[in-house]
Amino acid sequence: MKRILEANIGLVFFFLYVPILAVVVFSFNSGEQLSVWEGFTFSWYMKLFEDAALWRACRNSLIVAGVATAVSTIIGTTAALAIERYRFRFRTALTRCLYLPVIIPDIVLAIALLAFYVQTPIPLGLVSVIIAHCVFNVAYVTIVVRARLQGYDNTLEEAARDLGANEWQTFWRITFPLIAPGIIGGALLAFTLSIDDFVVTFFTAGVGYTTLSVHIYSQLKFGITPKINAISTMLLANSIVFILLFLWFQGGASTTQKQEI
Amino acid sequence: MRRNYQLFVLLFPIIFWLVCFFLLPLVSVFIYSFLARGTYGGVQWHFTLENYGRLFDGLYLGILWRSVSTALVCTAVCLLLGYPFAYYLARYRPKHRNILLLLVVVPFWTNFLIRTYAWILILRTEGLLNSFLGVVFPNWGPLELLNTPLAVQIGLVYGYLPFMILPLYAALEQLDMSLLEAAQDLGASPRRAFWHVTLPLSLPGILAGSMLVFIPTVGAFLTPDLLGGGKVSYIGNVIERQFKTARDWPFGSALSFMLMGIVLVGTVLYFRALQQDESQTT
Repeated sequence: MKRILEANIGLVFFFLYVPILAVVVFSFNSGEQLSVWEGFTFSWYMKLFEDAALWRACRNSLIVAGVATAVSTIIGTTAALAIERYRFRFRTALTRCLYLPVIIPDIVLAIALLAFYVQTPIPLGLVSVIIAHCVFNVAYVTIVVRARLQGYDNTLEEAARDLGANEWQTFWRITFPLIAPGIIGGALLAFTLSIDDFVVTFFTAGVGYTTLSVHIYSQLKFGITPKINAISTMLLANSIVFILLFLWFQGGASTTQKQEI
Repeated sequence: MRRNYQLFVLLFPIIFWLVCFFLLPLVSVFIYSFLARGTYGGVQWHFTLENYGRLFDGLYLGILWRSVSTALVCTAVCLLLGYPFAYYLARYRPKHRNILLLLVVVPFWTNFLIRTYAWILILRTEGLLNSFLGVVFPNWGPLELLNTPLAVQIGLVYGYLPFMILPLYAALEQLDMSLLEAAQDLGASPRRAFWHVTLPLSLPGILAGSMLVFIPTVGAFLTPDLLGGGKVSYIGNVIERQFKTARDWPFGSALSFMLMGIVLVGTVLYFRALQQDESQTT
């Protein structure tokens, strides 16, 4: 029985990692062929630097993800504070509603926004993509920040107020530093989701507003070159940095809280 | 009064955003689904039920069935691979357990396009799998795997397996081991203890994982598009085509509402099953 379980662990990790490793290994392949090994080279990475369209797409992705993350982090955090700290009439309805952008198929969200935009004066460009990304991002940020607020010690705030701090001071000196790891975690998640999103961007970006994901998609559809392996490897390295940052903030947070208690 | 003002400031942004950019768009798709198709894309403003009627066309029912059955198979395969995995992980030495867990999470944070592309690299006619098979079995011709339903199925399992493992792990890790010891003390064989104790107690994890896999796979667009090569249609691809190339927005809207209906039925069934499970255990 134990053998079978161990074999399954091996199988799952093999299944999860062989495709990713294949991409990384072949990004250093000197041949023009996509998956026939010929020799080691860095040339595909060098070619990335000369690719103007790629850098434009990169810049667009960073603008979209940066602005969408900032906006959705603020909206998501205020929403989480309202839900966890106050009791109001449509609280349950709001919390349920906030799960909808997470469970709705992304293609439905994408076409709904497209159908909506064409009826409004909002042009299809980067702004329309940013607004769209915020829709799913706020839901994720709210979930992450709420989780942080749930394991939160109210007595610290009471103590601050007993010592004469006003509400504003209490918030910035006590509440904010304590929930900051949750907010940063939510922001990192939002940024990753935004950079990785393809479907919603594909439908809500106007012509000429290509993001990195849309750029990669069009390369995959109309002529794959080994350059795509190099782009993929760079993005992979990026994702790993982000996970480590996310875990560091979440993990570091729980140890500091324990120390305080 | 002051508290009401604070609450208003905190709630206004989220409600504004959800109403304007989530609920209104959904309402506009709902309205679109009852309109007629315009001559040059767009819509004509008169009411019709024709779009919903077309859903019962044999062609679209076939596509619908393919999407639902593919998603069900994907969920089942993820469960079969993921359950023993999560079970073993939950009993692993805590120190190394987190590293293994991290290794499951890495693909989850990696760009979905790239993870799908990786399978193109493997499954192509001149891809890695065929080069490997060519060395081991030189007499076989290359397998044509890319642009088949099997490729789509593999891609979907690959894409969503972490979504199954994480909730299963969360459920199995919380499991009270003393219950299993009690079962064994009372003479239950390990197999019996598993079927009567472990499995029922991990049911919430099974349900949550199945939901998280089924919902995105039933409406998947990217995986069938890249690995199916547009040769096999799934509901996500048909919706995309209505909006991008066929320019039949009303019909695309009706298809989207049907997809939402499937997802909603799935969600309701999930909450039902969860409630039933809770009432049984308490």
